[in-house]
Amino acid sequence: MGRYSAFAIAKQAFSHHKGWDRAWPSPEPKPEYDVVIVGAGGHGLATAYYLAKNHGVRKVAVIEKGWLGGGNTGRNTTIIRSNYLQPSSMAIFEKARSLYEDLSQEFNYNIMFSPRGVLMLAQTEHELRAWKRTYHANRIAGIESEMVTPRQIKEIVPIINLSGPRYPVLGGLWQPRGGTARHDAVAWGYARGAAEMGVDIIQQCEVTGVDRDAEGVTGVQTTKGAIRTKKLCIVVAGNSGVMAERAGFRLPVESVALQALVSEPIKPAMDCVVMANTVHGYMSQSDKGEMVIGGGADGFNNYTQRGSFHHIEETLRALVETFPMISRLKMLRQWGGVVDMTGDRSPIIGTTPVPGVFINCGWGTGGFKAIPGSGWATAEMVAKGTPGDLAAPFSLDRFTEGRMIDESVAAAVAH
Amino acid sequence: MLTLTCPCCGVSGEETEFAPGGEAHLKRFGPGSSDEDFRDYLFQRQNPRGVHFERWRHAFGCGKWFHAARCTQTLEVFGTYPGQTSTPTPDIIAAIKARRPEWEPQA
Repeated sequence: MGRYSAFAIAKQAFSHHKGWDRAWPSPEPKPEYDVVIVGAGGHGLATAYYLAKNHGVRKVAVIEKGWLGGGNTGRNTTIIRSNYLQPSSMAIFEKARSLYEDLSQEFNYNIMFSPRGVLMLAQTEHELRAWKRTYHANRIAGIESEMVTPRQIKEIVPIINLSGPRYPVLGGLWQPRGGTARHDAVAWGYARGAAEMGVDIIQQCEVTGVDRDAEGVTGVQTTKGAIRTKKLCIVVAGNSGVMAERAGFRLPVESVALQALVSEPIKPAMDCVVMANTVHGYMSQSDKGEMVIGGGADGFNNYTQRGSFHHIEETLRALVETFPMISRLKMLRQWGGVVDMTGDRSPIIGTTPVPGVFINCGWGTGGFKAIPGSGWATAEMVAKGTPGDLAAPFSLDRFTEGRMIDESVAAAVAH
Repeated sequence: MLTLTCPCCGVSGEETEFAPGGEAHLKRFGPGSSDEDFRDYLFQRQNPRGVHFERWRHAFGCGKWFHAARCTQTLEVFGTYPGQTSTPTPDIIAAIKARRPEWEPQA
């Protein structure tokens, strides 16, 4: 795989751009690997990448049922922030956010990370107090975070309506170093980087069963044949419950559809991300000019990747009140992703009741922003066999011990 | 659009008329039970990709709780049945079997 550069473009131009290599190879599975990762989304690919890069584990396969980055990695609203409330959440999300800053250079692949700032509105007295608490927690943890007044908000986002009759904007929590990135490019960049170091990425291959003996996992059965391995890492987001059942254990997760939508493209109108959690809507503008809008999650279990229609109306009603100028904007596309929700709305990174099987799941509605940090922590755990400092608080046994990482109150619904 | 029929008042409505209440027929554990049982009661869920038994409330109707059997993949509703039972009724099992012959109820 050649490096991408202005020189390479000029060189390829002489052959009418017909000489480019594939961005990453598409190998057939080998009979045995040191580590098999199920799921080639952002988290799975990042795990493979950091296994190879940080720990020198290169006999790694990433097995994907569909296509690379075709699940929630390609279905989210691409928001990156780390202003969480609990210390363990702040640690892993800030690790991820800081890794995002250098990824384009590291990959030699533009992930279009845009630290344009994330603004979380406070529209009730309670929310204002909650954001102040988060602000202080962030400052203590060394995360740059500010409380902003309605007047400052109007300067940051001129199109906002501060005086909404029911929920006026009382203030906001502003993370200037948060932002967005091109979600597909994050998956592609990790895939390219991992493949370069010898990781096999095997698409269109479903894991149909997990082989185990008395000592633990021995391999997986797939639609492309059996693969032997002593270490299996399950990173399949919404399908975690299904995969866990195949491996022989249960998880404290429930899968629901979370939806998003984009409008027709318009001229640049908003250069940051705004989250309005009380009325429930969040919006940013993509480089193409589309308003990217995060919608609601269904209240009942489902695997539809579609979501209920009434959420569209509820989300847009909230956003039209917050941004009156979008009232005549037409919506272009709507889609859903199956997200795995845990009881405390924090992820699970840990060992499982089956020796040799590791799990990374439960990111719920907020997994994209965590991809680099999650991959970093999961790779460390898989390489060493036990979780490191970043991953340890997110272990599966926190649900038995009652050691919750309560972000459901801190992050409300827009995680 | 999910359409449910309330077995208490017989009214059919779409999902905004009802409030979802999560997995049905959980065995309740409380003080004195083991940590694992308590965890299972509070957090562990079947989360199947397929037939799911769940609780719903006719929130904007008669207000009563009831049970429903639904496919989480297709949103097909196999039927609803009263809330006063701790296991799926033989009728609802038969209704599911008629649509999903390969499906077996879990012990």
